[in-house]
Amino acid sequence: MTTPVPVREPAATPTKAAAGPRRSALPSAALIGGALAVLLLGFVSLFVGVSDVQPERLLAGDPAAWEILLVSRLPRTLAAILAGAAVAVAGLIMQQLARNKFVDPGMVGTTESATLGILVMTMLVPAAPVLAKMGVATLFALAGTALFLAVINRLPTRDTLMVPLVGIMLGGVIGAATTFFAYRFDLLQTLNAWMIGDLSGILKGRYELLWIVAAVMILGYFAADRFTVAGLGEDFTTNLGLNHRATVRLGMSIVALISAVTVTTVGALPFLGLVVPNLVSLMVGDHLRRSVPWTALFGAAMVLACDMLGRLIRMPYEIPVGMIMSVVGAAIFLVMLIRRRGANRG
Amino acid sequence: MIELNAVTKTYGETTVVDSVTTTIPAGGLTSIIGPNGAGKSTLLGLISRLLPMDGGSVSVGGLDVAGTPSKTLARTLSILRQENQVSLRLRVRDLVTFGRFPHTGGRPTSEDRVHVEAALAHLDLTELADRYLDELSGGQRQRAFIAMVLAQDTDYILLDEPLNNLDMKHSVEMMRLMRGLADEAGKTVVVVLHDINFASSYSDTILAMRQGALTAQGSPDQIMRTEVLSQIYDLEIPIHEVAGKRIGVYFS
Amino acid sequence: MAKTALTPAAKAPAQSPARRRVLGSASRLTLLIWGLAILAVASIVLFLSWDLLGNISFALRLRGTRVGAMILCAVAVAVSTLAFQTVTANRILTPSIMGMDALYTLLQTVMVFAFGAVAWTTAPDTARFGVELVLMVGFSLLLYRAMFTGRAGSLHLLLLVGIVLGTLFRGMAGLMQKLMDPSEFTMLQDLFFASFNRVDPPLLGLGAVVVAACVVVIWRMRHTLDVMALGRDTAVGLGVDHRRVVTTVLVVCSLLVATSTALVGPVTFFGLLVVSLAYRMAAGADHGQLIVVASLLGVLTLVAGQFVVEQFAGNSTTLSVVVEFVGGIVFLILLLRGALK
Repeated sequence: MTTPVPVREPAATPTKAAAGPRRSALPSAALIGGALAVLLLGFVSLFVGVSDVQPERLLAGDPAAWEILLVSRLPRTLAAILAGAAVAVAGLIMQQLARNKFVDPGMVGTTESATLGILVMTMLVPAAPVLAKMGVATLFALAGTALFLAVINRLPTRDTLMVPLVGIMLGGVIGAATTFFAYRFDLLQTLNAWMIGDLSGILKGRYELLWIVAAVMILGYFAADRFTVAGLGEDFTTNLGLNHRATVRLGMSIVALISAVTVTTVGALPFLGLVVPNLVSLMVGDHLRRSVPWTALFGAAMVLACDMLGRLIRMPYEIPVGMIMSVVGAAIFLVMLIRRRGANRG
Repeated sequence: MIELNAVTKTYGETTVVDSVTTTIPAGGLTSIIGPNGAGKSTLLGLISRLLPMDGGSVSVGGLDVAGTPSKTLARTLSILRQENQVSLRLRVRDLVTFGRFPHTGGRPTSEDRVHVEAALAHLDLTELADRYLDELSGGQRQRAFIAMVLAQDTDYILLDEPLNNLDMKHSVEMMRLMRGLADEAGKTVVVVLHDINFASSYSDTILAMRQGALTAQGSPDQIMRTEVLSQIYDLEIPIHEVAGKRIGVYFS
Repeated sequence: MAKTALTPAAKAPAQSPARRRVLGSASRLTLLIWGLAILAVASIVLFLSWDLLGNISFALRLRGTRVGAMILCAVAVAVSTLAFQTVTANRILTPSIMGMDALYTLLQTVMVFAFGAVAWTTAPDTARFGVELVLMVGFSLLLYRAMFTGRAGSLHLLLLVGIVLGTLFRGMAGLMQKLMDPSEFTMLQDLFFASFNRVDPPLLGLGAVVVAACVVVIWRMRHTLDVMALGRDTAVGLGVDHRRVVTTVLVVCSLLVATSTALVGPVTFFGLLVVSLAYRMAAGADHGQLIVVASLLGVLTLVAGQFVVEQFAGNSTTLSVVVEFVGGIVFLILLLRGALK
């Protein structure tokens, strides 16, 4: 059945084929280096904060220091790593599904819908277990994402920047509805906790659900090729015998689940899903098989760094990581936009 | 062999492809020509299951297009559409490797790599294999997509206006390449073309469409006649024989 | 109330064929303007007099202040949005969407940081507001002039840059407020969180002067704006000093946005809502008429809306949230209908 394509330069083929694996071995060394850097950052994070937890006190067996480390610092650091990695990866997948570099689940209605979902649950069934609330939040997030994708598919123009704009407006409308309900039912305080990511409240027993997103992220990695193909368009996907719709649905579910779980546990991390994948794309391109691990690492590093900054900048008070990220992220995004304009001119 | 039986496609009130029944022979190069809006690209979309049919049936190499799993079809026919603007930063080799997806589902084996490298070499892309698509010129990018289709290694290759955005030199190279695919590799190549003279010079069979219907089908000698062309294009086109090819001079 | 008023007029352009619209447009517009004016006045009277009990002069003064603030806000937002959209040659950019009100909030915060909360809040209102206005104009020109005077770049890029700028400013303001001493912050809450329910009375007179001056400037430019609406190249071809007009409008817009934000807080989608509605209802009108229609619509929406919210939603909702919600939806509908090209 298969008719091999005639090879005109047989000599060239073996060397090139051999070059393939060697090239891919190199980045994996870099990846291990990156992972070590994140671990180091995480290690430092264990010792940053108001309460005094010094390595020598731990070595001396100070029970108070150990207590703080195990109950607060370690969960907090793990939460930063997990949430950071997952939200960045969710952004990457979202960008493939929307075929647009400038969308972010936190900006186009996914996170807002998840927030609305938990709010609705808090209003109607306040006693529901966290998992149930999270489930409903995931469903809302899924609906929000589906709505966004449906809307952008109906846009009269498929301008690159039009897509994020519509998304932002959609997110804004959902956000306004959420605020409305929160205001009516006196839940604004609670709402703020979800809308601004904050790791200071993370303690042992309050972050473990984030392991779900770790699992989902791994699923995303294994479906990476599919998402890359989907990012090349529907016709392209069909030609390769893949079901475009199923791929989009899988991607949407991953994005929704990650958004819902992170919003309920640590709150929103603005711009993370936008900035990190774009930086990684400049580095290693958009083949998801390659870029997912890097995106996860950078996402984790960014949240860790911003969280440590938030702990240090105004001792003894803490600045929520979400606030710092919204400033840092917005600034980086602006630079990206303006550089893009420069590139188009040149 | 591609068999079309009363293939129909409508968008609301307008019928874009109107009950087309024909057979495209296996092997060789078949061109589809016709004026704008004749339904050429739509027909190609229907044959390749990218568009759902509103009536009729298509079978490619004995596989019913509507009933066969997409993945199986992807090993028999490949399709390249007109617009392939890719915003992804993807390396040429990565793109071409995706051609092997229907065969190995994204876990390329060493045999796949041989196919990929062969396709790259065939399109003279070996030097560019590690470049990103967005760094290439339009012609180079077009070649990268063709290389992906080659790596897909299907018996049937469908191309929708592959000469779009190509200059004369690259157009000729592209047509020679397709000729080579038909002659040397025994593929069945179906191409939508705008330029009747390219169709005349390189095809074995020409399908002419107008207003969604198939108006003529035959060898270049049979189609490249003033009276046949005038029915398709509403234009009096004198035909001259140049170096053994029939050339329509439609500039007057 | 507002609903019954809007329905027939809003429907009219859709029903009437283009020919009739041209023929009857003059009289229809006059009718529309009078109708809106009567409704606006009626809503103001209703707001002032409804359920007036007890200390009447006190209650009237209180309500009067709020109505005054709403009218100023409505006119400021309607006029600035209209002019802004014309000089930027589109129907979606608005000063608020471009981040101007966030810029003002940020400037307020920065001033408190620079001078200290006590010094800043005890300074005379005129001085304080004056400094803020000067800074606002300066920064707006610095930030936005280059964006709009050059050759028309990508509208979407501008829009996105504006939205992100707004997010950045809000983020920075939030961060700085967080960095303040909590006790200082409490002192400043009134400054930072003005709303329709919490108007700053001393600012009212000042604001009225600023808004009146700005409206006069825009009114006198109305014919130039008609030409600008044809697009930059045509306008320049017809002898308009494009750069100067853009600069003037930007200055006016920054003043209007600052005033409105200082009085009642940021309202992102209000301008878009009112001006889109004005364009739909007064199709084919020139800028002079549009200014009147949009302002009246703004007043009507705010006053009637606030009345309804207060009387029937039992004060459990803020009008600004409702406006954001409805405005956002209007925007999306416009978008999906392909109104945006």
